[in-house]
Amino acid sequence: MTWDPAISRQFNLHINTKMRPILLQGHERSLTQIKFNADGDLLFTCSKDAVINVWYSHNGERLGTYEGNNGSVWTVDVDPQSKYMVSGAADNTLRLWEVATGKCLFTWEFPTAVKRVAFNEAGTQVVCITEQRMGHQCAIRVFNINLDEPTKQSKEPLYMFNPIGSKATVCAFTLTPNVIITGHESGKVALFNVKSGEEVDSNERAHGDVVTDLQMSKDWTYCITSSKDKAARIHDTKNLMVIKTFNTETPLNSAALAPNRPFVLLGGGQEAMNVTTTSARQGKFETRFWHKVFEEEVGRVKGHFGPINTIAVHPAGTSYASGGEDGFVRVHHFDDSYFKAKPYGDLEIID
Amino acid sequence: MPEPTDLNEHDIDYSDIEAKYQVQYDDGFDNVLVVDGLPIIDESKLERLRVKVAKEFSKKGVALKQEDIFMPWDNAAGKSKGFMFVEFKNYEDAELALVSMHNHPFDAKHTFKVNRFTDIEKYAELDETYVEPELEEFTSREHLRAWLADPQGRDQYVTYRGDEVLINWHGKPSQSEVAYKPDWKDFLYVAWSPLGTFVATLHRQGVRLWGGSSWKPQQRFAHPLVKLIDFSPCEQYLVTWSNEPIVVPEGAIQGPQYFSPDDEGNNIAVWDIKSGDLLRTFSTQNEGDSPTGKKQMQWPALKWSPDDKYVARITPGKAISVHEVPSMYLEGKKSLKIDGVVDFEWCPLGDKDKEDNSTATKAVKKTSRENMLVYWTPEVINQPARVTLLAFPSRTILRQKNLFNVTECKLHWQNQGDFLCVKVDRHTKTKKSIFCNLEIFRMREKDYPVEVVELKDTVMDFSWEPKGERFAIVSSNDPNLGNQGPGVTIKTDVSFYQLDHGKNDFRLLRTLPSRTSNAIRWSPRGRHVVLATVGSSSKSELEFWDLDFNSDDTHRRETQVDWGSGIQLLGIADHYGVTDVEWDPSGRYLATSASAWTHTLENGYAIWDFRGQELVKQIQDRFKQFIWRPRPPTLLSKERQKQIRRNLKEYSRAFEEEDAAEESNVSAELIALRRRLVDEWNAWRALRKKELGEERIQSLEGKADDLEEIEVWIDEVIEQIEEVIVE
Repeated sequence: MTWDPAISRQFNLHINTKMRPILLQGHERSLTQIKFNADGDLLFTCSKDAVINVWYSHNGERLGTYEGNNGSVWTVDVDPQSKYMVSGAADNTLRLWEVATGKCLFTWEFPTAVKRVAFNEAGTQVVCITEQRMGHQCAIRVFNINLDEPTKQSKEPLYMFNPIGSKATVCAFTLTPNVIITGHESGKVALFNVKSGEEVDSNERAHGDVVTDLQMSKDWTYCITSSKDKAARIHDTKNLMVIKTFNTETPLNSAALAPNRPFVLLGGGQEAMNVTTTSARQGKFETRFWHKVFEEEVGRVKGHFGPINTIAVHPAGTSYASGGEDGFVRVHHFDDSYFKAKPYGDLEIID
Repeated sequence: MPEPTDLNEHDIDYSDIEAKYQVQYDDGFDNVLVVDGLPIIDESKLERLRVKVAKEFSKKGVALKQEDIFMPWDNAAGKSKGFMFVEFKNYEDAELALVSMHNHPFDAKHTFKVNRFTDIEKYAELDETYVEPELEEFTSREHLRAWLADPQGRDQYVTYRGDEVLINWHGKPSQSEVAYKPDWKDFLYVAWSPLGTFVATLHRQGVRLWGGSSWKPQQRFAHPLVKLIDFSPCEQYLVTWSNEPIVVPEGAIQGPQYFSPDDEGNNIAVWDIKSGDLLRTFSTQNEGDSPTGKKQMQWPALKWSPDDKYVARITPGKAISVHEVPSMYLEGKKSLKIDGVVDFEWCPLGDKDKEDNSTATKAVKKTSRENMLVYWTPEVINQPARVTLLAFPSRTILRQKNLFNVTECKLHWQNQGDFLCVKVDRHTKTKKSIFCNLEIFRMREKDYPVEVVELKDTVMDFSWEPKGERFAIVSSNDPNLGNQGPGVTIKTDVSFYQLDHGKNDFRLLRTLPSRTSNAIRWSPRGRHVVLATVGSSSKSELEFWDLDFNSDDTHRRETQVDWGSGIQLLGIADHYGVTDVEWDPSGRYLATSASAWTHTLENGYAIWDFRGQELVKQIQDRFKQFIWRPRPPTLLSKERQKQIRRNLKEYSRAFEEEDAAEESNVSAELIALRRRLVDEWNAWRALRKKELGEERIQSLEGKADDLEEIEVWIDEVIEQIEEVIVE
């Protein structure tokens, strides 16, 4: 796969040069996940330095910090009302925070680290994945969130099961009640019924290597996954059919869908441990923009000097943020050319 | 029980056993030779002849005893029969004598004809009736220049990656395709012949040439472990070199295409390409060289005159030996003895000279230019260094120039043979610093006037504009120049010079200071030049320059309004880790490649147009070679070329139409494909949305529409002034 600059010229897209990023310097170690809230005014970032930060997305001002974790924070998610936030960390805890005050409302403890958390659409349930380690199997738990009295939560999960086969790395709720979609270490993407722990459907060969990210579309009917196998794919969440494939030349850590525009954003780079053995320019630490339907690369944004670990797009599609192994978060607001460019001619594309 | 019989021993037939156990007497004639061509003598001279013959043989290292010679005698006439039989100790001695004494001139009238005794019988039994040899059916060879007839006029290039060779067409994106994918195996590298007719591969067993539209093997040269090859300029001959001396094992095939025992120990071989015959071999070891002293070998070791008539070879410090081809005899039976000679170069033939040469053969006595060569000798006590221009084969010295304080000379011919630049690295009296003089000979003028351009810096690279009157140099005064460490990039200046017709000397056009460029690549048609930083780990810039930006190509020389104003940078590009930079033969495209032979980072190649726009980029692991296929000079006459140039607009119209048609064709295809993709996508999306239910969509969209209006009040303090009012 080679990068042909002719493509961007053809599409008249100059994302690379015109966008001024806001650099968020609030973490001392590499970023693990970043997330916009439903309104898009807040950006939550977590990193290996055990701190979660929240920022105003429009100007990059820091609103506050959530302190209390005793280990790398692997994952965060916010409820649709932006009232509560959950985080999962290497200190084997799942925490519920009050967004506005920064108070830790409740803490669940597990035998192993929490690798992924996600709210359901209504914000009433949380799913979490715990790591497979020290004789403990990888477990998926679903908790009911007591919204009335947030400090009083049930210690026991509503449902819990151990997914068979390869361990799960990423997960999210689907529109079907009690069914979640998961990405696995083997590259499998599957649907599980959390009630029974049964695998409803699976695509064993969705990816060739570990699935690193999974993000839902706005209406939750499809999702995008990224993988170390250098590809990102769009799946139909109903039947797990692969709709689109984006093949790059670098291992991918994150993939995001740009609402209202037919683009996907991919981020990755050579593994941190391998970076020193190659030249910096070989790492390919750029956010790549691909056309969602034509599967063609349309542009790149440089900036990070380490692999990109996580990418999130504003729910209204007006900006995006990337978090890197270098410890920085870069928030980019799209300029006019991004919205006006019609790389597909006048063809109408349904989001 | 068998009946006892009366056996008579003598009656028993032993013949079968006898036959079986018969002692095989050696024929014994392997060591006997027949020497013919002796003088016919009478008894009185017999003894003297025997002694004389024995002496002749002994001279060649074959000891011969009197009693081994048997001379048949014609008793009737009382004279010898003019031949004799000689018996040698063993077969090897006989062989040696055969080789060394056959055709040996005994005296003015007599020459030995030596044959094996065993062969005589064979010859005697030879059928005397003449049988007409069967005429071989004539099979026409395929057209070796078929690629030139490409209707789209595309150029070809070869890439070598891993074990895979590809021959590609280069043209518009839709016309760039693989021309041929050979399955050549196990070779060192590939090389084109200078006119592009053949592509050569270097195998363990020797060199192979491929060509024609079928890419079938066209010729082969058995030089085991060949490492380097060099074609003669007109593609008639090939020089091969191996670091292993030639060994001819016993029983090796002999013939005009193979090495003979005489060639053992040599490294260089010269071959005729058409017949595949070996012409001669040379040793790289010069007489007087210490066998252990390792010296950098010059390559090409043999230098061809531009018309393929002579090949010359230097014995450093002593002589230049010029051989005629294809006979390979020394021209004039002697070398050019030149004390101290270091290096020499043949003067190339210009397009005009070539034309003259071809007409000279038809119309008698049209004076065509004689071959010329230039050599230089360094300073020795009481004698300055000297550059000499010599005509050949007349061996007249045309011009000599004495030089002082010379460290090193480099000889650069302009490719038309119009100018010669001798780049003289000179040292100051203390020998501490080195500066540079360019001694430029104007070859088309009477007495070959020389002009000197003096420079203060060290010149790293010099390059003439092909067919032009300009040259470019890379100079540097970087203190790191002498001791270049890894990761150090030398700062350089690039300067352009041009012949000023008014003053008849070379003047500086422009200097581009503080660059890192270390390679100059002129387009083969002149005018455009690329400056590249090659072989650096940190810099890899390519600069595309146009030297006639203001003037039209057709009448450029005349419109020199402003000196040096036409120099314009067209584009800057970057190819990380670039190791090779090469223009295509038409001067429209430039190829850069990063070869795995030099480093292993981002190997691959890129093709650019002359403005520095990237057209193709291929990053490929284990990429090794990229070479454009050279083109022979055009067959069109001067008049035809002029005519085409005059009517260029008409021709270009046809091409432009073609381009436009193709573009619309491609985009129509693309649009159709895109439309299909979008339709598929939209159909799928519509289906999912419908399933989702109208109300859900509305609730979702309603949420999106229900935007909160946030007003942010920003107070900006522009200036704060505190005034203290004292009452």
